[in-house]
Amino acid sequence: MGSTVFQLAYLLSAVLFIVGLQRLSSPETARGGNAIAAVGMLIAIVATLLGEHMLSFTWILVGAVVGSGAGLFMAQTVEMTAMPQMVAIFNGFGGGASALVAIAEYLELARTGGSLETAHGVSIMAGVLIGSVTLSGSFIAFGKLQGLVSEKPVTYPLQKTSNFILLLAMLAVGTWLSISPPAGGVDWFYFMIAASLALGVLVVIPIGGADMPVVVALLNSYSGLAASAAGFVLVNMSLIISGALVGASGLILTGIMCRGMNRSLANVLFGAFGGGGGPVGGGGGPEGDRTAREVDAESAAMMLAYARQVVIVPGYGLAVAQAQHKLRELADLLGERGVTVKFAIHPVAGRMPGHMNVLLAEANVPYDQLYEPDDVNPEMAGTDVALVVGANDVVNPSARDDPTSAIAGMPIVEVDRAKQCIVMKRSLSTGFAGVDNPLFYLPNNAMLFGDAAKTLTALVREVKEL
Amino acid sequence: MIGPLLVGVYVFVLAMFVGWQVITKVPPTLHTPLMSGSNAISGISIVGALLIAGQASDRIMTWVGVAAVAMATINVVGGFLVTDRMLKMFHRRRDTEPEA
Repeated sequence: MGSTVFQLAYLLSAVLFIVGLQRLSSPETARGGNAIAAVGMLIAIVATLLGEHMLSFTWILVGAVVGSGAGLFMAQTVEMTAMPQMVAIFNGFGGGASALVAIAEYLELARTGGSLETAHGVSIMAGVLIGSVTLSGSFIAFGKLQGLVSEKPVTYPLQKTSNFILLLAMLAVGTWLSISPPAGGVDWFYFMIAASLALGVLVVIPIGGADMPVVVALLNSYSGLAASAAGFVLVNMSLIISGALVGASGLILTGIMCRGMNRSLANVLFGAFGGGGGPVGGGGGPEGDRTAREVDAESAAMMLAYARQVVIVPGYGLAVAQAQHKLRELADLLGERGVTVKFAIHPVAGRMPGHMNVLLAEANVPYDQLYEPDDVNPEMAGTDVALVVGANDVVNPSARDDPTSAIAGMPIVEVDRAKQCIVMKRSLSTGFAGVDNPLFYLPNNAMLFGDAAKTLTALVREVKEL
Repeated sequence: MIGPLLVGVYVFVLAMFVGWQVITKVPPTLHTPLMSGSNAISGISIVGALLIAGQASDRIMTWVGVAAVAMATINVVGGFLVTDRMLKMFHRRRDTEPEA
């Protein structure tokens, strides 16, 4: 496995990955950290090309040119709103590459009639299983986020049971393959590959489109574990370390997203949540006995302009309306008038962890103006106006007050505690969770109906005229 | 002496702990770049892909190798570049307003 120098080069690359990730702890050092990690990758690639005996570089070049071209094109052209899809598809390719490494190892052993140590066999099977599930699962996630595959959960009778039986069959075949000579197992090995790809599809289709952020984070973790498995196949410590780092990262993000929705991972994966006409939470009385107060852009602009502190709560509706730039313009205008403007970003505000922060950064909102709910909630009582743009469930007070609600216990931005709340929304309809929002009918709330982009343009005009 | 695979298990478990410690310090505002950046790092399986493509002895292995290199390279090149593109956009307040 190459000389000591090259092994140390792999160690150096792993160290650079860790240093690079460490630098992601602050936006100031993050860009340099990403570059450091990229240098680590370059070192690992060069060490492999120089340190291992290569028969030919032709096919390496072919693959590298195709991959670099595609990667470059996608990275340069992707819209920030489409970032979740792209990360999903990149995850898939990473998992696919790891699976192919394990597949090649097995096929080579089968061809040369070599024997298979059990531990080595287990590594190969784990690499094929995790890598292939990551590949096909990520493509389904991509399809759901891109709107190519139905966003709704696809369910059928005995779904969990049949998936479970498939998994058991794969474990049985995988175990048998691990302890048998590869020369006689190639056909069953192909079954393993096909079944793993099928499993990836089957476990992701029952999950609703709005839960895809959790799935993408989890598949992110799997892509790391697949790389680790490939590392065990090749007995390469750099792969094992890097894979473990990514595995841990994906798990942490998965946990954060689940906590943001106050749902367990099992509920996300198996709950088929958000299937259109989902459960309507308790406390939703008939429309008639409550009235939501309406406000026009002119009065809303007055409230905002003469406030001391304004907290803005953006939701995914803002991104759908492509109104981030207008919102930033409004925030800047208010800032020029001496209003303290803070953005409260809920963990599940976007379509992947931290997505809303990227969308606002793209619109030139400084990152030190972005706050987590826990940071702004204690200040709510002293906030003159809370402006909710395209968000619904994340500001629903029944999550806090009504234990019978479908979203009970979900952390929220407590805009109902501000002196005045303004909700910008198209209508009084429910959010993704299908839960009625009592915030709309509170005496200190006013609705500003309309398309977010148009309404924000009107607000900007009105504030300018004051 | 413990075998190389067992050494691998040691390394894996310890690296998970390091990852856990390092990643929990990443602020939520950078979670999307964290995902795309760590995704690029998982493209480390390019090391194995290069071995297949460079040492392939028959047609099937050649195609497996080319596919593996292409997939891993998309992951690595695309992942690092798009992360850089995002991180470039993060900036502080230009003119710091005096706190009232």
